[in-house]
Amino acid sequence: MTTYQEMIFRLKRYWADRGCIITEPYDVEVGAGTMCPETFLRVLGPDKYRVAYVQPSRRPADGRYGENPNRLYKHSQLQVILKPTPEDVIEQYLGSLEAIGIDLKKHDIKFEEDNWESPTLGAWGIGWQVMLDGMEITQFTYFQQCGGVDLDLVPAEITYGLERLCAFLQDKESVYDIDWTDEFKYGQVRLKEEQQFSVYNFEMADVPTLWKLFDLHEGECQRLIGLYHASEEGKQRFPVLPTYDQVLKCSNLFNLLDARGAISVTERVGVIARVRKLAVGVAGMWVDQQGQVAA
Amino acid sequence: MATKDFLLEIGVEEIPDWMIEEGLGALQAKVQELIAPLSGWVSMAEATPRRLVIGCRGIAEREADREEILSGPPKQANPQAVEGFAKKCGVAVADLELIESPKGTYYSFRKKVKGKTAIEIFSGSLPGIILGIPWPKTMLWPGKGGARFIRPIRWLLCLLGEEVVPFSINGIATKNETSGHRQLGEYRVAVSIDNFEQTLRDNFVLLRGEERRAKIEAELPPGVKADEKLLHTLTYITEFPTPIVGDFAASYLSLPEEVLVTVMRFHQKYFSVADPEGGLVPKFVAVMNTASDPEGLVKHGNERVLRARFNDARFFYDVDQQKPLAARVEDLKVVTFQKELGSYHAKTERVMALVQELGGDAATVRAAELAKTDLTCEMVKEFTELQGIVGGLYAKAQGESAEVGDAIYDHYKPVSMEDSIPRTRAGQLLSLADKVDTLRGCFRIGMIPSGSKDPFALRRAAQGIVKILVEGELNLGLKALAGGVEKLEEFLLERVKYYCQEIRGYAYDEVAAVLAAGADDLQDVLIRLEAVKTVRASEDFEPLAAAFKRMKNILDQAKFTPSSAVDPALFTDDAEKALWTAFSTVAASVKGKSYGEVLAGMATLRPAVDLFFDKVLVNAPDQAVRANRLTLLFGLKAEFSGIAEFSEIVPQT
Repeated sequence: MTTYQEMIFRLKRYWADRGCIITEPYDVEVGAGTMCPETFLRVLGPDKYRVAYVQPSRRPADGRYGENPNRLYKHSQLQVILKPTPEDVIEQYLGSLEAIGIDLKKHDIKFEEDNWESPTLGAWGIGWQVMLDGMEITQFTYFQQCGGVDLDLVPAEITYGLERLCAFLQDKESVYDIDWTDEFKYGQVRLKEEQQFSVYNFEMADVPTLWKLFDLHEGECQRLIGLYHASEEGKQRFPVLPTYDQVLKCSNLFNLLDARGAISVTERVGVIARVRKLAVGVAGMWVDQQGQVAA
Repeated sequence: MATKDFLLEIGVEEIPDWMIEEGLGALQAKVQELIAPLSGWVSMAEATPRRLVIGCRGIAEREADREEILSGPPKQANPQAVEGFAKKCGVAVADLELIESPKGTYYSFRKKVKGKTAIEIFSGSLPGIILGIPWPKTMLWPGKGGARFIRPIRWLLCLLGEEVVPFSINGIATKNETSGHRQLGEYRVAVSIDNFEQTLRDNFVLLRGEERRAKIEAELPPGVKADEKLLHTLTYITEFPTPIVGDFAASYLSLPEEVLVTVMRFHQKYFSVADPEGGLVPKFVAVMNTASDPEGLVKHGNERVLRARFNDARFFYDVDQQKPLAARVEDLKVVTFQKELGSYHAKTERVMALVQELGGDAATVRAAELAKTDLTCEMVKEFTELQGIVGGLYAKAQGESAEVGDAIYDHYKPVSMEDSIPRTRAGQLLSLADKVDTLRGCFRIGMIPSGSKDPFALRRAAQGIVKILVEGELNLGLKALAGGVEKLEEFLLERVKYYCQEIRGYAYDEVAAVLAAGADDLQDVLIRLEAVKTVRASEDFEPLAAAFKRMKNILDQAKFTPSSAVDPALFTDDAEKALWTAFSTVAASVKGKSYGEVLAGMATLRPAVDLFFDKVLVNAPDQAVRANRLTLLFGLKAEFSGIAEFSEIVPQT
């Protein structure tokens, strides 16, 4: 049986062999692998890039106290960015499934329309969910915009839901029963985390504190964006990446507030707009800074 | 002349199923236009998710030569100008002609233009035609400044006879190669026009939509619930469809059937299976995009996925039951209906009041109170298409009356013109009130549909109102429903017109005539329409309608309102006396009769009316005589125009 970690090793190796940089996860809470600077910022501008990384994605509202066999507060995505997109990108993708032991001739694969959009990041793309024997295993997206900026080179983003894929490979009914190694189950590693974070996210997180934090990070982000635009000479060494971290903090706090039921439907639109404004600001800075370096 | 066959295949990454046929149709039309001068015709237009294919026959080698007239300077121009023009045309002045046109006489040159070859035409025009296919949503590829298309093009096959028609799009050059099924076929394989379809078949691609559809249908097991839309989708997300039957544990059948079917249908694209009595059996049918499943792996995988989905549904169901709908009314305060129109809680209060106003009983009001509470349920958050339905099911499960439950269950109905209206009176009133509230609110804040813009689906809501009023035989006036919002009243009237014309088949002018008479209750509108339609068939009717138009014009021009009754003593002509007598007799005889009888009686007045207009000058010099005549016409028009405004009738002859 292919263990969880063996499956990840193989996928990483597969994409490494196709020219991808293999990196470790980004160490700030994100709701999706897309939000990491390795994707969100690197897809901007004319430079080629190829990267693959496993990113834990935290979605507080998806938590189920570890009681739902398929839903997790924190799941892992393998994020692959190919910029520009190779012509045989889908064949390469299908090859990655073979690399983890799926015999494509024996299974049913369909590409069903599923366009991706992140209103908080001002990002969207066109693509599919890839269905393997009726299960969605991958989101495949051709990015069109990030931070409201049209992309110079349209990258392919391949996002694998690793727990699902592994549950499929190992034919497990519950994520928690996945063999992480021959000796340890997924549940042994992650169940406590699911339970405790569900309790915190749904019950104990202090809403006024979360709002305060949101305001603080938003303020810091705005301050930095303002400084960037005010500085003429210092742009090349300006901390754009730390500014972007503030966007990620806001985004995560927004998700937490949402899980706490603290954001009404009306407010939602407003808060999303606040985060998007920051994301757009940083994307603009990044593009501008890249141009400065090139010049 | 020898002709050739032509074949174009655009190899694309998976096109969304719902866009394929329209895109293909647009391509076909453009190609047909292109080959018209080559006297060819499109013989095949087919598509799978990964290819758009056009085949043509009878393509001539080249189009006919033709003449083009280039006009130059006018006759009186100086010789240098004429010489310059000749030079530009590449000929001597002697080769120019003086050609007369409506604007004058000009030096001109008859240029012989050689017809382009078919290859030139195809090579020159196809890239533009292909990239010009209109898609609902496109992507830029391979980036800024690149092409826009539905998805990246990965190969181009283009043959004229044996020859590859050369062109390229975004660096993809035409070849004589196609691609087989992603998993089962060859990646790239050479073909000719003659063996193209067979080669695809050998590589597990059934090119023809009709064949894929027939294959699915033929292989469905008995008991499958018919689902045209799903069948269409599956036909266009597969290249080689094969249905397989899967099972699920019978214990899931304790979940509401609606939930099970929705999970299968919308989330997994499965057909559900029923027993002869119509009850669900614990089976489903998935359609694979592959030839077979000898080891049962695909079946097993699909069963696993469905089990997980059903487990989720059960989880949502159980969680939802922990808080009954009645306890959720308060929660609606934080669920926004529309920014300026407040929360669903506010909407609920308005709808409750409205339902009462419309004559709803206690059960209807209770249904209105609970109708939107399912929006806070996990099940609806997960399966949004089940809103209303879930509320109805939960209400019954939680001890509300069947009347309340059914009303909630149905209150989004009808969702289209084809859909049925709510089953019960309570459901009909609730649905009406809900839609009326939405419309009133949106119109008040200026959210009025225009052109193709109708984000809140207000047209559909208004159309639903009309359908419920008519088919539910509800005696409610449109004016009252519009709540004094004038534009909404007009909007509803538009929908009434649409319904009467398109669904009930009444003529445009009949509908206009009845509505112009101020009919407000739709039951009444339809009875009047039927009466007008019936009497219209009589030969006296249309001429009479024309006479009414004349009366209207005369009265409008005179801006006349009668100040006294008709005075027979003032009649000076037999014709007016005769009309007066006939009118009085008919009016008395149809008093209290049905619209049909009134109109039939009116139609008998035609000879008298005709005679009147023949013999009598309404605008008599004598003021009193004139006023008396106008009073007669006014009375006549008022008596019969209450049913329909006949001046709106457009004579058909």
